Amino acid sequence: MNIERDHTRRHFFRDCSVGVGAMALANLLAEDGAAINASNIAAPQQCHFPAKAKRVIYLFMAGGPSQLELFEQKPQLQKMSGEVAPDSFFDKEKSFAFIKKGATLLGAERRFWRHGQCGMEVSELLPHLGTVADDICMVRGMVTDVFNHGPAKLFMNSGFQTPGRPSMGAWVTYGLGSESRNQPGFVVLQSGPRGPRAGNALWASGFLPTTFQGVPFRGTGDAILNLNSPAGFSSDQQRDFFDLVGNLNQQRLDLTGDPEIATRMRAYEMAYRMQTSAPELMDIQSEPRHILDLYGAEPGNNSYANNCLLARRLIERGVRFVQLYHTDWDDHGNPGQNIGSALDKRCGEVDRPSAALIKDLKQRGLLEDTIVIWGGEFGRTPMGEVRKSLPGRDHHIDAFTMWVAGGGFKPGYSYGRTDDFGFGVVDEKVHVHDFHATLLNQLGFDHEQLTFRFQGREYRLTDVHGRVVDEILT
Amino acid sequence: MTGVVSAQDVGDVSSNLRFNQDIRPILADKCFQCHGPDAAARQAELRLDDRKDATADRDGNAAIVAGQASLSGVMARILTHDPDTKMPPAATGKSLSEREIALLQAWIDQGAAYQEHWSFLPITDVVPPVLKPQWNRYVRNPIDQFIFERLQVANLSPSVAADAHTLLRRMSLDLVGFLPAPEVVDSFTTQYEMHAENAVERFAQDLLNSPHHGERWGRYWLDQARYADSHGYTIDGDRVMWPYRDWVIRAINDDMPFDRFTIEQLAGDLLRDPSKLQLVATGFHRNTLINQEGGTDNEQFRNEEVVDRVNTTGAVWLGLTLGCAQCHSHKFDPISQKEFYQLFAFFNHTVDVNNVGPTVEVREGELLQDGRDADLQAKLAAALSAVADLEMAKSQRQAEWERTIHGAGKNQPATVWKTLVPCRLRAAGSAELRTLEDQSILAGQGAPMETYTVTFTPTDIPVAALRLRVLPHESLPKNGPGRASNGNFVLSRLEVLSGGKAVPISYVQSDHAQPGHPVTNIINGSPKNGWAINIGKGSRAGVKMNASHEAHLVFPEPLASNTEPLTIVLRHEVNANYNVGHFAVDVSSTVPASVLHEELLAALSVPAENQTAEHKKLIAAEFAAVDVQQQLAESRVIELRKKLGLGVSVKSMIMRELDKPRETYIHIRGDFLRQDKETGLLQPDVPAVLPSLSGNSRSRLDLARWIVSKENPLTARVTVNRVWMRYFGRGLVETENDFGTQGSHPTHPELLDWLANEFMASGWSMKHLHKLIVTSATYRQASIRRPELDAADPRNLLLGRQNRLRVDAEIIRDIGLSASGLLSPKIGGPSVRPPQPEGVYAFTQTKKSWTTDAGDNRFRRALYIHFYRSAPYPMLTTFDAPDFQSVCTGRPRSNTPLQSLTMANDKAFFEMAQGLSARLLHVVGGTGRADSENRIREAFRICYSRVPTAVESELVLEFQQHQVSRFRTDPQSAMDVAPRDYPDSYSVDVAASWTAVARALMNADEFVTRE
Repeated sequence: MNIERDHTRRHFFRDCSVGVGAMALANLLAEDGAAINASNIAAPQQCHFPAKAKRVIYLFMAGGPSQLELFEQKPQLQKMSGEVAPDSFFDKEKSFAFIKKGATLLGAERRFWRHGQCGMEVSELLPHLGTVADDICMVRGMVTDVFNHGPAKLFMNSGFQTPGRPSMGAWVTYGLGSESRNQPGFVVLQSGPRGPRAGNALWASGFLPTTFQGVPFRGTGDAILNLNSPAGFSSDQQRDFFDLVGNLNQQRLDLTGDPEIATRMRAYEMAYRMQTSAPELMDIQSEPRHILDLYGAEPGNNSYANNCLLARRLIERGVRFVQLYHTDWDDHGNPGQNIGSALDKRCGEVDRPSAALIKDLKQRGLLEDTIVIWGGEFGRTPMGEVRKSLPGRDHHIDAFTMWVAGGGFKPGYSYGRTDDFGFGVVDEKVHVHDFHATLLNQLGFDHEQLTFRFQGREYRLTDVHGRVVDEILT
Repeated sequence: MTGVVSAQDVGDVSSNLRFNQDIRPILADKCFQCHGPDAAARQAELRLDDRKDATADRDGNAAIVAGQASLSGVMARILTHDPDTKMPPAATGKSLSEREIALLQAWIDQGAAYQEHWSFLPITDVVPPVLKPQWNRYVRNPIDQFIFERLQVANLSPSVAADAHTLLRRMSLDLVGFLPAPEVVDSFTTQYEMHAENAVERFAQDLLNSPHHGERWGRYWLDQARYADSHGYTIDGDRVMWPYRDWVIRAINDDMPFDRFTIEQLAGDLLRDPSKLQLVATGFHRNTLINQEGGTDNEQFRNEEVVDRVNTTGAVWLGLTLGCAQCHSHKFDPISQKEFYQLFAFFNHTVDVNNVGPTVEVREGELLQDGRDADLQAKLAAALSAVADLEMAKSQRQAEWERTIHGAGKNQPATVWKTLVPCRLRAAGSAELRTLEDQSILAGQGAPMETYTVTFTPTDIPVAALRLRVLPHESLPKNGPGRASNGNFVLSRLEVLSGGKAVPISYVQSDHAQPGHPVTNIINGSPKNGWAINIGKGSRAGVKMNASHEAHLVFPEPLASNTEPLTIVLRHEVNANYNVGHFAVDVSSTVPASVLHEELLAALSVPAENQTAEHKKLIAAEFAAVDVQQQLAESRVIELRKKLGLGVSVKSMIMRELDKPRETYIHIRGDFLRQDKETGLLQPDVPAVLPSLSGNSRSRLDLARWIVSKENPLTARVTVNRVWMRYFGRGLVETENDFGTQGSHPTHPELLDWLANEFMASGWSMKHLHKLIVTSATYRQASIRRPELDAADPRNLLLGRQNRLRVDAEIIRDIGLSASGLLSPKIGGPSVRPPQPEGVYAFTQTKKSWTTDAGDNRFRRALYIHFYRSAPYPMLTTFDAPDFQSVCTGRPRSNTPLQSLTMANDKAFFEMAQGLSARLLHVVGGTGRADSENRIREAFRICYSRVPTAVESELVLEFQQHQVSRFRTDPQSAMDVAPRDYPDSYSVDVAASWTAVARALMNADEFVTRE
């Protein structure tokens, strides 16, 4: 029975449920904004051990980028290109969305180069990534459980393939709270031709309080829904409005004595600060030219490059978890979705900004305690899929690549080995649950202990699975 | 610990300990994970949830030796300092507090008596406790006896009754979800002062009788049903489920007994000769997600749906978390994995497979018919059968028509038309009708909907047909022939009189008609449609609107017009100012050739047996256009449906059983591809810990009946507990979704059982339960904090006062609408799309169609807002509405800055503030200080059902005056902010200032709070 503990926790939420956790409360209490030791505050979740990282930027490549074109050079696959894939590839009852027995192998028509002192192998499609090879940790043996986009994205984000569970960002914000006085703890950005499949559920808080849900920021127009006052109200009038609401609430608080009213008063004050601070936050024009050039950012666009730069600005302002979605990597072999020119274009969009983000964080000393993640919901098959005479590949769950940088992950390191076709993982496999466990570990949490009780059960991001992959940690 | 109150009760550890309250929670939390029901996870073959096993001899020792804690193995292992053997193991992260250890020790010493988990025990017959005499005056019904007895023991007093206006607003928000109108506040307050009990009783009954009660409480049920208007997952396409929503609203308004309510939803399709309503009810379990993504394995997602149906059934009716048992036996509750799949087996045989599957056709409004319009219903039935009869005889009529055309078209000399000479012209309105040289008639501007009556000089030929020519004229807009700004007209009826008597017309044809406005409309008797000549989709190429066109009317028998003068009446009854401008009338002694276009004539010339499908389609379509009889009959049906509030027809998803049931096995680790053949084929059954199913039949219907059988200890308890939770913010069992061993113990177990019995004894009447609660003194207490109460009972578990609750997301919108005066009270029907902020779909895979509704649908209650699971209406989720991916039995209540931004800036709320502003300006006139104060007073009465304090009034007045001066400097802003419709007597800056006031009042905590 945990009513006592639940009570304390709920009470805590209530007392500071203004979209922030312990740290923010500390800031709110300290009028001068001076840092206060978080351990002074009755935080709902204390870190289980010292954290290597304090925040996360997750570059989510929606659709499932092809590891065979980008990261995994497979001479054997190239040699056997066009031959029928071995029957054993189809042993599982159902493991591909579209292709069937009899599909042929397809070699990658891309060259690979070794980069950095570590000699990491990366394809010619990602030349800028090569320049930060010594800062990133390449995880080549990723596996997941589900091969449809929606469920697979949910799985990658929440550890479950059905919607309704808290997303990773919600868990992290729940665990760590937010450091920001003016911004939510978990922010989501989007670029590319369309939004990611499964939508809202990907950054939902599930059964965690909605305080921890991801808040979508738009790159153009109003950053947050309802951020602007209705037409006709000047900023002075908005202040008048907040003042009157505050005064009326104070009257009510005096009468009823309900602390919930005080919480609402704080929420309104933070809303006002969000309104006044967001324009400055979103205004990347204020960045020096060389920084804009580094990212390839152009103010006014809604682009991945701008979002990478925004991500840095967000974490500088205390946001705990920033997730960027970039679509569309679903390269089945359709116009706009293929491993030929479409992939060239997609890589062109993300390569420079992703590398720039690493460099920029590093030069500001932020990479040390910021985890940068790059990857999709699954990889793609060594078998080709030809639609409309363009080359493509189907969804693949048994071997794909992601990379991680900063936050105590081994820099300049490759982990995981796949077979000659890139079909299965031979050694150093990392399951999505393991990846989650490792991430939480770096943030100071034992993934088995960061739990939330719901419907009679302690839930966690890793369900009943997960292993911390110590081998990729410094 | 079992919570503050219970812990205080057992402050003295030596007193008699109760296993369920005091011991089980400790064991469940700290021990059962490894020594509980889950055999797979069990360590040392020891289970502590079973007394026999716990006390069994193990090589001369026992884990528990009843009466002797000092000899019990568990105590030794708990108390040891050896980290390797200490229990619970450090690795579990769990440890026992001093107090918990003392409790265990005392309990073993007292004999280690076990009890079955409280919620699995039968519901007990409870007699309300007797209170000390001085307490009786506070008691309104037995609920209070249970609540006050505990307060009495704790030496606390209940709070005073809330003020009349607070109580009224509370009841109104709780029972229907609207703000009470200020007049209602007045009349209730007067009545309350005269006789409080009667006033409360009557008002409660009024609210329960309101059709909006079904909307208010239907919303809670829809949460549990995970109702949404889209399929979910990736594509998240639209689905039609609103008939199910209508069903829920109706069932609640009808106070359908909860047992029937349950059976119809879980298994209405399996009842004998199920009615349409009973089929729609099974939509409950069709609210599961459907994955429409390319390349999905439908069987996988069908299994997901069945799992969801099991979990939802468990959560909603049994208050049990069954989900864990999908992958392994439940670690804490005695539900094995096998039992989970035995429940699964009840739901494993439906026809739908990750698709829309079986549906039933439902017309908008159909499910909400209440039988009051029996007469209209009978007429509709007759009209429908008339349509059906006509439909049957259609081929015969069509054949006749085809013959006329053939006859008319073949071997006939060209028709000779003779122009009639008008002798008397009359317009019903003010239009001037003038005969021109060519005997054509030119109409001037007249009434918006004119009727022209023209009588002609007799002719000497028999009249077989009459021709109306509409003609261009330079005096008309765009040259006419009509008087509309584009030269069009809509002629609704053309009547021909011979010698003053109406003449029947056998058919009519025209050279051209605007699509949707066929010439047959002029003789179908309906004033609601007509003939027009604009060009649209489907018009033939080359045809022009502003040119002369003609309509031919053919009579069954030629008219002898040499003696009887002909009169024609042209009626314009559809669109204002769409009168014919210039026309002429001719007659002929022969039937004119068909003006049907060549394609059709060609089709008709083909012998029937050689006609292609294309030909047949063309001919049938043409006939349908001229089949006046059928059209009349159908328009009668449409008219009656409209009177009955019946709209479009849709297909609502329902449950249907396969002829041949599927096989059910345990899915190893929950993987549907790994069937546990070793355990073998499973038969449907209910968990052993609960009463068993009687009889041999094992259908979904049997399960539904078992769920609501009086022997089932869970359903009634779970249901009354949730109702209680909605009124007090917390259930008597706080973990309303977990009545299992890990859940919390009821704060008032006797009251829970008493309510459960009362509920069943009343015939499972929800309204009885509602009335009982809202008329209790417990419910009617003030919610104001009292320091001494806070100190003794910080979480208000004993209910020495009411709780202030922020109202649910939907109710926030609903009260905003009711304050604004904009609310559309329409009940039921398809979902609506009110304004939402720009940019909602920047983050979805496909841009959803969100054409913001105009008119009343813009101002419907929130439960009608179209809900996309992948991109919900933002305001709803911001205020904690679930995303309806799975069952939601209770919502959290958060309090965030995003909520503040929504209330402050959202377009929909701003419109409501403008509405309230307009309402205030209309209701209270004048611009003096006293007028403003009165207006503020009225605003408070609308928003908070009370008058402002002097301080509040002053704060608002000062703000309002300040806003006037701010808007005065910026007229454009004032125009943006002022309501669209306000009395002329105000300047725009004053009007705008009241919108600012309305906005602020709607943002105050009190507005969104049920006090």
